[in-house]
Amino acid sequence: MEKNPDKKHPGGVSRRDFIKGLGTGALGTAVLPPLLGQTIATKKGRVPVYDKKTISLTVNGRKTSFTVEANETLLDVLRDKLDLTGAKKVCDRGECGGCTVLLDGAPVYACMYLAIRADGKAVKTVEGLAEGDKLHPVQEAFIEKDGYQCGFCTPGFLMTTSAFLAKNPAPSLDEIKLALSGNLCRCGNYAKIYGAIDAAAKKLRGA
Amino acid sequence: MRKKDFKDIGDGSGLYMEEARGQATRTQRPAQAVPAKPAAAPPEAKAPEYRHIGKPTRRIDGREVVTGRATYTQDVKLQGMLIGKILRSPHAAAEVVSIDLAPALALPGVLGAVRLPDSKVRYAGQQVAAVAAVDERTAEKALALIKVEYKTLPYVVDWEKARDTNAPQVRDGKPNVEKLNQYVRGDVEKGFAEADVVVERTYRTGFEVHHPTETHGSVAAWEGDHLVVYDSTQNIHGVRDGLARAMKVPAANVTVIKKYMGGGFGSKLGLNEQTVAAANLARETGRPVKILLSRRDNAVCVGYRPSSHQTYKVGAKKDGTLVAFSLLNYASGGVGAGDDVAEPVVDVYKCPNCKVEEFTVFTNTGASRATRAPGHTQGAFGLEGVMDELAAVLDMDPLELRKKNYSTRNLGDTGLPYSTKGLDKCYELGAKAIGWERRNRQPGGGDGAGTVRHGIGVATSIWFGAGVPGTLADIVLYPDMSVEVVCGTQDLGTGTRTLMAVVAAETLGLGPKDITVKLGNSDYPWAPLSGGSLTTPSVAPAVRDAALKAVDRLKAVAAARLKVAADDVVMGDRKFFAKSAPEKTVAFADVYRDLRRETVFHGERTGFPQNEYAFNTFGAHFAEVEVDVETGRVRVLKYVAAQDSGQIVNKLTAESQVVGGVTQGLSAGLFEERIMDDTTGTVVNPNLRDYKIATSLDIPEITPLFVDVFDPRINNLGVKGLGEPARVPSSAAVANAVYNAIGVHVREIPMTPKRVLEALKKKEAGS
Repeated sequence: MEKNPDKKHPGGVSRRDFIKGLGTGALGTAVLPPLLGQTIATKKGRVPVYDKKTISLTVNGRKTSFTVEANETLLDVLRDKLDLTGAKKVCDRGECGGCTVLLDGAPVYACMYLAIRADGKAVKTVEGLAEGDKLHPVQEAFIEKDGYQCGFCTPGFLMTTSAFLAKNPAPSLDEIKLALSGNLCRCGNYAKIYGAIDAAAKKLRGA
Repeated sequence: MRKKDFKDIGDGSGLYMEEARGQATRTQRPAQAVPAKPAAAPPEAKAPEYRHIGKPTRRIDGREVVTGRATYTQDVKLQGMLIGKILRSPHAAAEVVSIDLAPALALPGVLGAVRLPDSKVRYAGQQVAAVAAVDERTAEKALALIKVEYKTLPYVVDWEKARDTNAPQVRDGKPNVEKLNQYVRGDVEKGFAEADVVVERTYRTGFEVHHPTETHGSVAAWEGDHLVVYDSTQNIHGVRDGLARAMKVPAANVTVIKKYMGGGFGSKLGLNEQTVAAANLARETGRPVKILLSRRDNAVCVGYRPSSHQTYKVGAKKDGTLVAFSLLNYASGGVGAGDDVAEPVVDVYKCPNCKVEEFTVFTNTGASRATRAPGHTQGAFGLEGVMDELAAVLDMDPLELRKKNYSTRNLGDTGLPYSTKGLDKCYELGAKAIGWERRNRQPGGGDGAGTVRHGIGVATSIWFGAGVPGTLADIVLYPDMSVEVVCGTQDLGTGTRTLMAVVAAETLGLGPKDITVKLGNSDYPWAPLSGGSLTTPSVAPAVRDAALKAVDRLKAVAAARLKVAADDVVMGDRKFFAKSAPEKTVAFADVYRDLRRETVFHGERTGFPQNEYAFNTFGAHFAEVEVDVETGRVRVLKYVAAQDSGQIVNKLTAESQVVGGVTQGLSAGLFEERIMDDTTGTVVNPNLRDYKIATSLDIPEITPLFVDVFDPRINNLGVKGLGEPARVPSSAAVANAVYNAIGVHVREIPMTPKRVLEALKKKEAGS
């Protein structure tokens, strides 16, 4: 670190000064307030510094707007602010997929995604998978083939699977295994989940 | 004599909780009377034909789970609820000199703080204090403000070092090594002297962490004098009783609720510290308090499978007849006890002489807890390993060696006759399904392409699973023809709700979806903890009993309508009719309406002849693997699990339980190991990245098979437990397949690439 001091950014505050400032231990009081509401330079250009921000999200098809703290995760916001407890907190560090939700159609680990970054995006959680009383074919297949046991990892598996089958409607077993490899099932029901996904794919294809 | 185990919970003496370990205990098994004249082998019986029982039934609560509406403890949110957090010791051994909670309490948003008992810290991660605050972040900040003064002490976390007489003492004034179990029958020295072949080998198993997806958690709320607790537990009644003692309130004033839970595998069998902390903080603040443990906590302070270091010596005649077995085991369970692993060697194979000596070694790590099939899993790995190594020395087919020493009585064919034992059928079905004839005749004898070697292995399962007499269930019939079945059991994800519905529906001539199931509340009729594969053989017979009584009443009511005698009434398709005059019918709806009010029928799972017969579950697992001898990587290609668990109630969920047991065993056999750091006394891998759990990429297709063996004595349905039987032999089967592939037994799980390569190196060196 000492050998490679960060270059001063043209805009003012260097990353090194910034980190040094944090290192004094006066995180909330000494360093951040002067920066809040301003912008700092990054490789991608200048970005604003927030401690809070009002964001708008489309959650399961419904538009909503609320204030989040800059370091709140999407998972905490969904569970605590919106009472959508389908996505689960299992490892809280991106290791298990129990919190998987779809963001603009793509699966993300909500525990690793800052809510502030989701501003303007569409989130789909397991609560939004069915259409009214009509279950999504993936949900039906997980029940029919008993693709779970305790069900705690299931919302994550369902979201991953629905995004996967939208991209690959007729997957091979190896493709299924690869697609699921970011979701842990501690009850160990993978071998039954393979069958559920195969059945779901067939339903979606109308086969 | 020896313990054992969950079976003894069923001896009518009731179960108790060993609070220090926070798990279901092993009580002493009463000395079993061995009849001078052995009873005759029981006659074969057949199961009745059923409409629902034994068939695949979809879960009745599936919709709740797949829509995310199922409420787990993690999801419980009460009005005014605070979030609690627990402060844990960073030191593996220390005196707590002082705790100052004032700075934490001064933080805005903090409403309560408590010191937690124990002035002495014996492992890193032990609880010290707890706070309750308006939200999680405030609670976390408050923890950092608590001032704890420790006086650190020497510690030891490595069990082999802990055996040293100079090692720091984990428990005050007590040695680190303590006798755990001993057992003798016959004369092993005489047996070994008569043997043509004697094989001695040592097998080791590591520390396997349960890591249920839902971490341990509780929400406690006082409603006046009444304590209501939502808890992620396998044992609502046990938690109720434990909480009543801990909080010094009558058990009648405590209600424990668990609707859904995200796994337990033994780690949630007892009263947890965080539950008591939540109840205390709720009492102090007058608000509901929720405490969820973190993933790290789950790796550090709520248990794991203890390690084992098992040395087997086996003596056999040239034809494979076993003459003597001895086992010396050192187990380690941290500040708790290790597991007794001897049941498989004592029971499974016919052998007149057997001697067991087991010790537990205490260390400064968290206490172990029962882990799916405690003891048997480790024991099966050792016993089944040495059986395969003996078979190689004798130049025998390992399956033939097992069949040669087949027993029909427990205690190695010297005890009580098994009421039923379908292990022979498991061997037969499983061998056929895996293609046993494709195995290498000699271990390591396969050609293999390039650096890859194929192998096939077998391992045997024995477990209990007879259930607990005294389990209660109610059936409630309503005049509008709705039916409720109520039992204070819990559904861990094994499908207990559906199972109760299936049994009630079968008996009452309805469909499973016609039944409303209520469980997971300690105010409901008593049922045992869900561990030890107790749930199905306890709950299903109690529901059956209640439902049979309900049918009797319905028939009596129908008889009055039909103007015939009650014993003339037969149940048909949603109607009753007279046997003597089948044209006389009355619809279910009319009979139920005639009840005029809801009517409750009490059912009980009654006793069974435990002193005349041995009641066990069995299984045989077959694995096919490929091993890359250059990288040491093991891949499981195919797996067949044949189980004898008596009458299966729901084939669909039973298959899942078997698949899960196999997967967990495969994962433990290849990947899972908690690692301690000697210098800091802490867990090195307290997360799900560094503690590797099998993913879909590691798991092949698994074939569960059930043999059709009906036990007419065990209970009114002939049902036995299944969860643990499916876990017992799965690591062992993979290890034996690896042995068959590469010609050297790895003898230690997890069989990491490093250990596989080391074993190969030793083989090359000719040792």
